[in-house]
Amino acid sequence: MSGVGPERNRGISLAEPLLFERGSAGRVGIDVPPLDRVEREVEPVPAELCRDDLESLPELSEPEVLRHFLRLSQWNFSAATNFYPLGSCTMKYNPVLDEQVARLPGFARLHPAVPDAFAQGALGLMAELERMLAEVSGMDAISLQPAAGAQGELTGMKMIRAYHAERGDPRRTVLIPESAHGTNPASSALCGYQVVPVPSGREGMIDPAAVAKLADERVAAIMITNPNTLGLFEKDIVRITEIVHAKGAQVYLDGANLNALLGVAKPGHMGADVLQFNLHKTFSTPHGGGGPGAGPVGVRQHLADYLPTPRVVRTEHAWTRSDAAPKSIGRVHGFFGNFGMLVRAYAYILALGGDGLERATALAILNANYLRHHLEDAFELPYREPCLHECVFSDRRLEPFGVRTLDVAKRLLDYGFYAPTIYFPLVVSGAMMIEPTESESRETLDEFIAAMHTIVAEAREDAERLKAAPHLTRVSRLDEVRAARHPVLRWRPRSESA
Amino acid sequence: MRYLPHTDADVQSMLRSIGHEALGDLVAHVPADLRRRAAIELEAGRSEPEVLERLTALASENRPLEKTCFAGAGAYPHHVPAAVDTVISRSEFATAYTPYQPEVSQGTLQAIFEFQTMVTALFGLEVANASMYDGASATAEAVLMARRLRPKAGRVLLAASLPPAYRQVVRTYLEGIGDFVAEDVSFGPDGRVDSAALDRALAGAPVAAIVVGYPSYFGVIEDLRAVGERARGADALLVTVTPEGMALGLLREPGAVGADIAVGEGQSFGLGLSFGGPYLGLFATRERFVRSMPGRLVSETIDDRGRRGFVLTLATREQHIRRERATSNICTNQGLCALAATVYLALAGRTGLRALADRNARRARHALRRLCDGAGAQPVFAAPFFNEFAIRLPAARRRWERALAVDVIAGVPLGDAYPELEDALLLCVTEVHALSDIERLVEALRP
Repeated sequence: MSGVGPERNRGISLAEPLLFERGSAGRVGIDVPPLDRVEREVEPVPAELCRDDLESLPELSEPEVLRHFLRLSQWNFSAATNFYPLGSCTMKYNPVLDEQVARLPGFARLHPAVPDAFAQGALGLMAELERMLAEVSGMDAISLQPAAGAQGELTGMKMIRAYHAERGDPRRTVLIPESAHGTNPASSALCGYQVVPVPSGREGMIDPAAVAKLADERVAAIMITNPNTLGLFEKDIVRITEIVHAKGAQVYLDGANLNALLGVAKPGHMGADVLQFNLHKTFSTPHGGGGPGAGPVGVRQHLADYLPTPRVVRTEHAWTRSDAAPKSIGRVHGFFGNFGMLVRAYAYILALGGDGLERATALAILNANYLRHHLEDAFELPYREPCLHECVFSDRRLEPFGVRTLDVAKRLLDYGFYAPTIYFPLVVSGAMMIEPTESESRETLDEFIAAMHTIVAEAREDAERLKAAPHLTRVSRLDEVRAARHPVLRWRPRSESA
Repeated sequence: MRYLPHTDADVQSMLRSIGHEALGDLVAHVPADLRRRAAIELEAGRSEPEVLERLTALASENRPLEKTCFAGAGAYPHHVPAAVDTVISRSEFATAYTPYQPEVSQGTLQAIFEFQTMVTALFGLEVANASMYDGASATAEAVLMARRLRPKAGRVLLAASLPPAYRQVVRTYLEGIGDFVAEDVSFGPDGRVDSAALDRALAGAPVAAIVVGYPSYFGVIEDLRAVGERARGADALLVTVTPEGMALGLLREPGAVGADIAVGEGQSFGLGLSFGGPYLGLFATRERFVRSMPGRLVSETIDDRGRRGFVLTLATREQHIRRERATSNICTNQGLCALAATVYLALAGRTGLRALADRNARRARHALRRLCDGAGAQPVFAAPFFNEFAIRLPAARRRWERALAVDVIAGVPLGDAYPELEDALLLCVTEVHALSDIERLVEALRP
C-alpha cells in the first residue's frame, strides 16, 4: 500500500510514501562540483574494483528530502511533544541548550586523532564529567567509554571477570534477581557466566536469606538494580552486598534507575563495586528514537586498574590520553565513547548543580507517588511498599471486562499520552510501569490520571471500543505476528518483490 | 530551576493530596545511614548564559583545524548538509524512545526501514539491522555472530590491517567467553592480506571467520574474491569491515564478491567528527542468517485495516525476551545517527554518492602525487586505495611534529600501532580539503 491521495490523510497527519517510491531519474539533493583538471588526470580506482551502480538509492532534491522527513517526524510521539511515562526509561526533558553546545564547532568538528594539545577542552570536559559522576554516585573512578547502558554492563562484568582471573579465582555464576532487565543476564552470558536467578521476596524486594542460600564461592557477582524495576528501594541492600562480599563476589549495581537516588543514597555507600550510568536517562541526553545513549561505568578503587583504555589523565601542565594500564580490559569503543552525549550531560549537570540534581530526584519521586496515590483506586497495585521514581500496576481488575494492559496502553495513545512500559517487570502479570520523571507539571499528571480513570470506565461500558484502540492515530494496531512470520526488512521494487 | 515546573505551592498541595507533609517523607524508608551521607557536593546550578559561556570556553580550548587536518584512521571529515542537522534536531525524532508503540512511532520506524534498505544496497546483502554503536562494536558483534554460525570453530582470523582499535574491541568482547580466540593475519608488501600467511593460518584448527578491512586501516582495497575463495575453502565466513562508509559509494559491494557479513562505520554519512562519537555501526548479512543477527530490526506489516505500517520484529533474538540466550546484549541501536545517515544518503542519492566517492578517491590520488613530487614521500603500499593512504618519508615523526607547529595535522604516525612502519604516516584526503589545503600539507612536510 502506498500513494499520497487525500484519503490517506487524517486531519493534518500527512501521507508520505517511502523515499524509494518518490523522485525521478537524475534528481540529486547535493551538488558535487565538477572535477578539477588535476583530479581528472590521476589514475582512478581500477574499474574491476568498482560497483556498477547505486540504483537502489533515491533520486530526490533537497526540498523533497526535507519534506519527507519533516512529515515523518509528525508521526512520532516524543518526550518533547507528549507526556511519555515509559517506565525505566526516564523520559525527562532534554534541554535544548545542550543540543546547541554539543554543536559548537570546537566539539562537533574535532577529529578524535588530533594530538592532545589540540583537544584540551574536550579532555578537560571528560575529566570534569568523570569527577561529577564520581561525586553523585560515591564511586572512585569512572570510564566514559561505553556507548550505552548495555555496553556499560558488559564493560563492568568484563572488569569483574578480569578481577577474579587476576586473583587466580575464576568464578562461574552471576546472581540476578528475576525482576532484572534482560540486559543483565545477556551481558553476563557475554562474559561466559552462567546466570542463577534470585527469586523476588513477597514485598517485591530481594530477600537476603535467599541471597545467602545462593551465594557460594562459585559466584562472581550479583547484579542488582536499585531501586528495582518495581520502583522499590531494596531496603536490605547493605546486608545483601555484605553477604555477597563475604563470599568474595563483587556487586554490580545497575544504574538504570539512578534518577531516583540523587541526594537520597549513593551506590558507593550501598556496597556497589561497579555501576553504570545511563546518561540518556538520569543526565538528560535525548533518547534519539533508540540511541545514541552513553553508559559510563564507575568502580571502587580496587577495580580502577581494569577500566577500559584510553584513560584521561593529568600531567603537570595538560590533559592527556593514556593507554598505560596493563590490567585494563581494553577498549569497548573505536574512540572514547559517545563524546557528543558527554557534552550534553556535562551541560545538564552544570545547569542543575548539586542542589538541582537533588531537587530533580525529589520531584521525580513526588510525581511517581502522586500518580500512584491517584491511580491505586482504579488499578491493582500488586506491591504496596512506598515507591521511589516509578510505580507498577497490574491489569487484574480489568480482567472481568476482558480488557488487558495492552488495551489500556493503546487507548492512552488516543488521549495523547505515550504508553507506560508494559508487561515488564515479568514478576507482575499485565504490568504497567509508569515513570513520570520530574519534568511533568501537576496539571499534566492530573490529565493523565483523568485519562486512566476514563479508560477504566470505558472498560466497563464499551470494552470492544477499548480493545480496538487506538482510533485516532495514523495507523491502527499493527500485525506484529505477520511481521515476525514473514519479515519484510527492506523495500524492493515491485518487479523484484513479487 | 528552569527545567522543573514545580513551584513550592505545587509541591505542598501535591504532598497534601497524598497525605504527606514534606518531600523527605517519601524517602523515609531508605536506610538513614545511606541518606545521611548522600548530599551531592557540586557547585550551584547555572543560568543558561552561564552554561553557554562555560561550554563555549571549553570548546575554544580545542583546535579542530578542519581543512588542514588530514587525519582519517577511523573518522573521516566530510561536509554535513544543513538538511541533516535540521531533521535530526526535530524534537519529535530526537526525544522519542525505541518505538515500542508503533502506532505513534511510525516516523522513527519508517526511517529505520529506509535505513535498512539503503544499508543492504550499499553492502549488496539482503538484510541489515537498525544499527550498532560504532564500527568497532559492529565488528565484534559480527565475530560473535560468526561464532554462533560456526559453533565447532575455535578461532577467528583478523587482518592485521583492520583498525587497531577495532581489533582491540573484538578481543575485549571475546575475552572470557571460552575456547575462542582471535589471531592476526599479517599484510603483504602491497598492503593487502598476505595470502601465504592466510593459508598458513587456515591450515590449523577450524576457523569461524576471516575478517578483513574493505578498505583497510591503510585505505587499501582488498581483493575480496581471493580472500572469499579461501574462506569458502575452509568453511569459514567472510566478514568485511568498512571503516570509511564513503568507500561504498565507489567500491564493488562486498556481498557481490563473497562477504557473508559486512559491517562498517557510517560516520561519514552526515555525522560530524565529534571527537570520536556518537558514530554509527552498520551491519548487514545474508537472509538465511537473519535469526542469528544481533540488533533491532524493523519490518513492514499492515494494520487491522490493511494499511501499510512498520514494527520492530524478530524480538525473540533479543535480550528483553531471550535474556541470557539472546544473540547480543544490545538494547537499543544508534537511532538518531541512523536517521542522520538516512537523510544524508537520501540527499546524496544514486548519483551524488558516486560522484562524491569518486572525488574523494581522485583528490587523495592527487595529494599522494603531490607529496611524492613535492615532499619526497613514497607510498608504502602498491595496492589501490580509496581516500586514505600511507606514505613513507625520512624522519616522518619529526616532520609530522614540525607540521603541527604550522597548524597542519599531517595524518597519523603509524609507528605507535605498527612498529615496522615507524617512518610512515597515514593520511586521509576528502572533498573538504581544497587543492590549496593539499599544497599547505606538502609545504609543511617538505624536508
